Amino acid sequence: MSSSANARGLAIWPEAGLTRVPYALYSDPAIYGRERERLFMGPTWNYLALECEIPKPGDFKSTFVGDVPVIVVRDADGRINAFENRCVHRGALLCLERFGNARALTCVYHAWSYDLKGQLKGVAFQNGVKGAGGMPPEFRRDEHRLRPLKVESFAGLVFGSFDPATAPLADYLGPEIAARVRRVLPRPVKVLGYYTQVLRNNWKLYIENVKDSYHASILHLFFTTFRINRLSQSGGIIVDESGGHHVSYSMVGKQGGDGEYAAAALRADSDQFGLKDPTFLSGRDEFADDITLQILTVFPTLVLQQINNCLAVRQILPKGLDRAEIVWTYYGFEDDDAALVAMRLKQANMVGPAGYISMEDGAVGAFVQRALPGAGDDRSIVMMGGTGAESQPTRATETSIRGFWKAYRGLMDV
Amino acid sequence: MAIPADELQAGHAVANLLADYAACVDSDALERWPDFFTEDCVYRITSAFNYSRNLPIGIIHADSKRMLEDRVAALRKANIYEKQGYRHIVSVPRIGRREGAIVEAEAGFLVVRILAEGSFDLFATGRYVDRVDFAAGKPRFAAKIVVLDSEKIDTLLAIPL
Repeated sequence: MSSSANARGLAIWPEAGLTRVPYALYSDPAIYGRERERLFMGPTWNYLALECEIPKPGDFKSTFVGDVPVIVVRDADGRINAFENRCVHRGALLCLERFGNARALTCVYHAWSYDLKGQLKGVAFQNGVKGAGGMPPEFRRDEHRLRPLKVESFAGLVFGSFDPATAPLADYLGPEIAARVRRVLPRPVKVLGYYTQVLRNNWKLYIENVKDSYHASILHLFFTTFRINRLSQSGGIIVDESGGHHVSYSMVGKQGGDGEYAAAALRADSDQFGLKDPTFLSGRDEFADDITLQILTVFPTLVLQQINNCLAVRQILPKGLDRAEIVWTYYGFEDDDAALVAMRLKQANMVGPAGYISMEDGAVGAFVQRALPGAGDDRSIVMMGGTGAESQPTRATETSIRGFWKAYRGLMDV
Repeated sequence: MAIPADELQAGHAVANLLADYAACVDSDALERWPDFFTEDCVYRITSAFNYSRNLPIGIIHADSKRMLEDRVAALRKANIYEKQGYRHIVSVPRIGRREGAIVEAEAGFLVVRILAEGSFDLFATGRYVDRVDFAAGKPRFAAKIVVLDSEKIDTLLAIPL
């Protein structure tokens, strides 16, 4: 594999290929700008919304693709459209509310207004006041519209792409990933709530963390102490052909040996203690396949989570080089019975900023970010499970991290 | 303590309870924290956005005192986080309905988070929506809904609010 310089010539990818990741990727402003241009506004599909969040004509949601503000709206025909959230006149944000319903989108600054397809329809005082001022005759409203995104839905998830040439969504996902997306979205969805976790690190450190099944039983002691999940449970990693998407899953009922744990004498095996109220661990096999954990990513920044009956969409948003946000949307299904809803709520204790098995993920990326100043042109080591980015029948691997960098390099040319 | 006879007594009793509660959490006496709750309590941390829309998800969601004891055990033995502490500033409570031994109350709060290395930030603001049970003599929370004004949590939420 040949080396190539990035935009500033700092992060030259090493000859060792995917097994060495330059730290400059988390600290170089030129990289951040190129990510916006080539990843987020390039040929990728980015999660925007759940269809059920905007059920009626006029319903809109404001969100982001990367750090670019975006509006997603259902028009009078029931079609979902998405645009950049930026008025064509002087560039102000059009939508300031997170959710709402509107017949037209009107900018507060000078009241330029747009229909729900993004077409400019109204310009305040276009003909001036009392015959004076106004726009010149050569200005034509129909030549201006909000910058559109291509929109497609899949299993109730709405995706957008700034690049008209992006492959159709089903092709982008590929059959293996698509099947696993459908698995956790088989029926009409009901949102159970939201929150946002602020990370003090580059967005890619969180994506790597999500794809890193190696750390799960080591950093998160709760997980192993209560034997909810272990590397020795059966399961594995699926990496799609592009490398960018992955599924990590584990199953109960087919326990492997625990010998590798004893041998490694991991912290995770120390200090057993019992739960006084273990009711939240008695989940339901709602998808009837014994899979208790499925973490799925869609390149670049969508995570779909099933941990027992706790289902969530995580949208990762870069907020500068060393800041990112995880927007959590917890969901169940419209036909959930009360007991299943109660179980989802209880199991939500495991994840999120206060999650028994995930609170460390909120901090560990910042531990890397804070250690960057001396990293220079040093590189991290990503060799667990080999050098490639193929699917593997084990979770003691970093194959899906290598997959991310494979897809990333293809688009970023670094 | 007897069941408060009027709003004035109730306000005084709930204010004292909140002061004790804040002092317990802020002094890292978390082993005593579950004792502020009834056996079948509800403790939930949510956001004003979720709360106003009846979206039930919690950042923490417990429906028994034993779950609170488990939370403390996990913080002490399992979870990994940088050493940190809180300083609660809790407002005078507004007393709502009184039904038998139950008093409803709301109080605003600010929580500053102090990290061991010395930095500190305003970590959370919000209100406690409480149901205080006086039946057992000592007042305890039958329900404590922590409604955060913002839904953004910086890094992680380890210590309860």
